Amino acid sequence: MTTTTADDTAAGATAVDPSSRRSIGRWVSAYGPVFGIALMALVLLVWAPGALSDFRLGNLGRYCALALASMGIGLAWGRGGMLVMGQGVFFGLGAYAMAMHMKLEAAGPDGVPDFMILYGDGTMPGWWEPFRSGPFTLFAIVALPAFVSFVLGYAILKRRVKGAYFAILTQAMAVAFATLLIATIKQTGGFNGLNTFSTVFGHNLYDPEVKKNLYMISAGLVIFFLVVLWALYRSRYGELLVATRDAEERVRFLGYDPANVKLFAFVVAAIMASIGGAIFVPIAGIVSPTNVDASASIMLLAGVALGGRASLFGPAIGAIAVGYGRSTLSERFPNQWTYFLGALFILVVLFLPGGVASLWPKLRSLFPSSNDQPAAAAPAVDTAGAEAS
Amino acid sequence: MTISFLEEDYLEVTGLTVDFSGFKAVDGVDLTFLQGSLHFLIGPNGAGKTTLVDALTGLVQGTGTAMFRNKDLLTMKSHQIVRHGVGRTFQTASVFEELSVLQNLDIAAGLHRRTRSSLLPRGKVPERVAEALETIGLAPLAHRPAGVLAHGQKQWLEVGMLLVQDAKVMFLDETVAGMSTEERDNTGELLKRIVADRTIVIIEHDMDFMRRYADHVTVMHTGKVLAQGTVAEVQADPRVQEVYLGTAQEAEHHG
Repeated sequence: MTTTTADDTAAGATAVDPSSRRSIGRWVSAYGPVFGIALMALVLLVWAPGALSDFRLGNLGRYCALALASMGIGLAWGRGGMLVMGQGVFFGLGAYAMAMHMKLEAAGPDGVPDFMILYGDGTMPGWWEPFRSGPFTLFAIVALPAFVSFVLGYAILKRRVKGAYFAILTQAMAVAFATLLIATIKQTGGFNGLNTFSTVFGHNLYDPEVKKNLYMISAGLVIFFLVVLWALYRSRYGELLVATRDAEERVRFLGYDPANVKLFAFVVAAIMASIGGAIFVPIAGIVSPTNVDASASIMLLAGVALGGRASLFGPAIGAIAVGYGRSTLSERFPNQWTYFLGALFILVVLFLPGGVASLWPKLRSLFPSSNDQPAAAAPAVDTAGAEAS
Repeated sequence: MTISFLEEDYLEVTGLTVDFSGFKAVDGVDLTFLQGSLHFLIGPNGAGKTTLVDALTGLVQGTGTAMFRNKDLLTMKSHQIVRHGVGRTFQTASVFEELSVLQNLDIAAGLHRRTRSSLLPRGKVPERVAEALETIGLAPLAHRPAGVLAHGQKQWLEVGMLLVQDAKVMFLDETVAGMSTEERDNTGELLKRIVADRTIVIIEHDMDFMRRYADHVTVMHTGKVLAQGTVAEVQADPRVQEVYLGTAQEAEHHG
């Protein structure tokens, strides 16, 4: 201990007391994200509603809904090391639950959704019935993905399926789910999906005030889950999850079952995707198999990879950026925009594997500030050697 | 003394066999590991040392029994064995490189916490963790990422994690391999300090290190126990000299 103090005073003789400097650094890394979240809240909840047109605000609301799913991917993939390529399934569970409720609202009490009369014999399957209830729908939006992801995750993770096999399995899930939806046109609207809604929980969807509030809920959920993830990442569980990602066997030999550690992240990610899907539907006015299939799932993943999967803000900002880029580019280059997105994706994966969020620490290491102590590492090694003897 | 003798833990292995589809990597091994002694497990490459430890920690399936505190380790899963008080390290140090030294140790302390409390951030450093930091001499580096530690320090961190787990049986797989002489000495002294109330089993190829610190030595060869005893007894055994220690210099020393 005494040697360390000597080292530090030698290294930082001109500067402030090193221990206080280090604790400032720790304080910033612990509470810096809070300021980041506050800034995001300011932009999304205060600036955007005033500055953007209703149309643009609606778009941003949709991106926020997608961002919720992407933030879940950030948790499962970035922190948990599980490459979830089928989050569209859970996004779809929430989206379809909400859409079914709104469809029943549009049909009126005891009414039957229009497409069932069009494609079927006008009778409604029994499992639609509970979704007439608003509270049940809200419950299902959380409980359904939680249950499905728990069962699937338990089966997959307890068998120690990882890496590419895990990714392929989850991807196959998305393909199967979309195929099932398309095949059941009489029950789920098939390829057309569910659309032509009129109200959500009794509020007129065409009322600008309601539209704005839907946006506020979507953006508010992003902020809320940023806080949830921030708390989760700095908790002991957050550390354990990273440890499991980096050395799963080692975690097993510390007395944990890694499957349980990963399962929790997988379930939380599924619930976040489902909530994103549920708020997506009233804003977009439609949900169809193209919103939940394999390519939709990969699009969610692209935002996460671009933004930086392991960072707190990367997935959310990446998802919003991809959504924005997608609509701007597709307006100008309707045929080529996917190539732009693909090229950007390749560039980021090649040169910035940690995503755009990793730019900040990279820039910081280029310009060493007074907060960094590059010299301290070497002498400290000797210190420890002396201590142990 | 009598009381402490009665309270002594031991791990008793009987008839342990690990069969890799016909090839017996460990073949009917009977061994007793006693508390308070640095028990070295030596033998040429492929003797079955690591496989033996793998079987006792649930990494590979073995037959026979391995009784520790009234439970048969061979019937338990890895994480249950750890929770029962048996820990191990691996040949290559596998600390969590992105996490700090403190975080590494804190995770190791998790098995003494309730699951629910893990959703909260760590308040102050747990006592057990602070003690281990001092014992392994890494207290000044507590907030450094484990990835930047020197090789020897990583191995000490692994030992520290076992201390925090409060492992009563520690299997250390080639802990001093690749260490400098000074680091080896530090490691040996560290192990002597902590062995009193636990059982430490060390797989080792470094004969100098073994001679200096071993209380008890078991020599394995082709999956079987070849010889057991103190360093002197084992070195004097002609069969051991033949398969492992059998150099001309050794013969001169003792002859």
